[in-house]
Amino acid sequence: MEFFERFAIPHPSPMIYASMVAIGLVTIAIIVGISYFKKWGYLWNEWLTTTDHKRIGIMYIISALLMLFRGGADAVMMRLQTAVPENTFLDAQHYNEVFTTHGVVMIFFMAMAFIIGLMNYIIPLQIGARDVAFPRLNALSFWLYFAGAMLFNISFVIGGSPDAGWTNYYPLASTDFSTSVGVNYYNWALQISGIGTLMSGINFITTIIKMRAPGMTLMKMPMFVWSALITNIIIVFAFPVLTIALLMGTFDRQFGTFFFASENGGMDMMWANLFWIWGHPEVYILILPAFGIYSQIIATFSERNLYGYTSMVVSMVAISLLSFLVWVHHFFTMGHDAMTNSIFSITTMAIAVPTGIKIFNWLLTMWKGKIRFTTPMLYSIAFIPLFTIGGVTGVMLAIASADYQYHNTMFLVAHFHNVIIPGVVFAMIAGLIYWWPKMFGFMLNEKIGKWAFWFIVVGFCFSFFPMYITGLDGQARRMYTYSEATGFGPLSMLSFFGASLLAAGFAIIVYNIYYSFRNAPRNIGDDPWNARSLEWATHNPVPEYNFAVTPEVVSSEALWDAKKRGHNLFKDKIEKIHMPNNTGWPIIMAGLFFVFGFSFVFFIWAGVILSGLAILGCMAYRSFEKDDGRYISVEEIKETEDKFGGANE
Amino acid sequence: MRELFPMKQVNGFIFSLLLTVVALSVYFLEMSFQAGLTILTVTAFVQAGVQLIIFMHAGEGEDKKTIYASLYYGIFLALVTVFGSLLAMVWGYL
Repeated sequence: MEFFERFAIPHPSPMIYASMVAIGLVTIAIIVGISYFKKWGYLWNEWLTTTDHKRIGIMYIISALLMLFRGGADAVMMRLQTAVPENTFLDAQHYNEVFTTHGVVMIFFMAMAFIIGLMNYIIPLQIGARDVAFPRLNALSFWLYFAGAMLFNISFVIGGSPDAGWTNYYPLASTDFSTSVGVNYYNWALQISGIGTLMSGINFITTIIKMRAPGMTLMKMPMFVWSALITNIIIVFAFPVLTIALLMGTFDRQFGTFFFASENGGMDMMWANLFWIWGHPEVYILILPAFGIYSQIIATFSERNLYGYTSMVVSMVAISLLSFLVWVHHFFTMGHDAMTNSIFSITTMAIAVPTGIKIFNWLLTMWKGKIRFTTPMLYSIAFIPLFTIGGVTGVMLAIASADYQYHNTMFLVAHFHNVIIPGVVFAMIAGLIYWWPKMFGFMLNEKIGKWAFWFIVVGFCFSFFPMYITGLDGQARRMYTYSEATGFGPLSMLSFFGASLLAAGFAIIVYNIYYSFRNAPRNIGDDPWNARSLEWATHNPVPEYNFAVTPEVVSSEALWDAKKRGHNLFKDKIEKIHMPNNTGWPIIMAGLFFVFGFSFVFFIWAGVILSGLAILGCMAYRSFEKDDGRYISVEEIKETEDKFGGANE
Repeated sequence: MRELFPMKQVNGFIFSLLLTVVALSVYFLEMSFQAGLTILTVTAFVQAGVQLIIFMHAGEGEDKKTIYASLYYGIFLALVTVFGSLLAMVWGYL
């Protein structure tokens, strides 16, 4: 029995037992359901082993949505706990675990997965390619992310969740103060999914540099592709720092080293330093693709070319460089001298300049445009003022001396939610709605979509604007309760009300998907939004090979100019198409990584060694495997094209 | 014969062996900590350069510009990370 005692929850509560039962029941239901409908073969052949960038993208997005609801449930629990003073809904320990999980899930497993999912689906289509550069690596990226996410998500029912905040500062995260295996989970879940992210980064850079359609020079790429290129460059340069920091943390916690210890020559704040060297670029990894999505949507629904294309690109390059020069602003209060803080204060404020340029470019794109107020456009329009408020409070936080007042208060919490929600979350929803017909061949209902939009926007304002006020009044973040005398009660209740509206908004989106799946017409044509870039030049939903004929591009608004000026995008004849084979190795390898991580978390060395050897075995096998892919014949392509109403030659 | 013989690679190989010997001398010879670390830093960077340019053919393909651009970007960020951390963790306290 001693062996199994380590899996016990250190701080059990009825809610956790209820979740255990729920997880068990849902797992059984899924297995029974798939078996009953005899879908195992379909699932394995069409999805789990696929190397198709479109299907991998959809799997990323589904996982991201699941994680959004997991993290969203955490958020509502936190708002409920703090809605009234002296609340006893959650105890301190449980509250710590909830805010830690909320942060990690939302950043790593929701936002990252969502942007990588959209990039997966859209990038090859926008550059006129048939897949990413390394389709098999892409599948491995997804499954490693998924293994990491699952490893993190079982923590609260097996062994205990991490509870040291998503920033996981030492010495709190050391074994002296975090005695459960929670932080081990944090280290290994992020390590495994981080490997996947790094591989995605390399994959997309290569895809964008090497696989663009003829005629598409760098300065003729759609803005989303540009933003993705820069994002992935940041990924490749930033993630290694996290990898090493996590490894050092693992050594500290599991092998007794002193990297982040307070004694024996260790430096506890070195973790914070390394974490933010990765963490601040990470912020831009999240926001730049969002900027790209807004650029596509605003140009489409204003029916104008994107204003200031070159300045958009230059400002994104500037942001990517500046993003690596500002990280100390996350710990201005650590005690540096005025000189050090001033340097990072100035670099931080400098980022506002390229970001401001982009804001004006979007406004000028809409200027004198024929604006169509579709749901994606509504999110984009709401983004501009709300994000600007978040940006302005960011400049307030960048003033190092004033930051001593704001640091670790709800003001900060309000600020970063104010940039991340209108910035990233709105963009993800807008992008999902915008590209939904591309993925599934029908449109989401506009009327229900607009209801969801208003719930989310109003809910967002009510949730987070009160926090600016309570934060300035001195409410610290991460406090599980407060006394009535502080006066935070009414505004916190208002914030809970806003969180409920947000939750309702997301529920409406889910209903909308169900409703539209049942009722939406399927004969929407290839270009339902009257859009401008290349992904709309092929069919809805996209056939496996993306384009029957490789398109030839002459401008940055390839499809729009083809429609308006009569360019012929598809000049060549249909030829046989080379496609990658499906493979089961990525999911098997990720499963082994899961076992590896899980064993490591609990110090089960036999499991670590066996799964480690098996992983190396998979790599060795792959090195000797010969897989030249397969060809889709001309007849097969013509048949598919005819089904869509004629080949587009 | 001269065209076929990979003179550059052989010289590079000898040079990189030489660099290794110099780096090893830090262990076998008596010298101050600072001197030793300086030798290690210099030989490490030169060694990395030799490997990249001679054996990984960084400057030979059509991607020459992209490869060097990302190399410079990487070096810049490595320097920022190292010296920024030193500033934040060690030097920045009056």
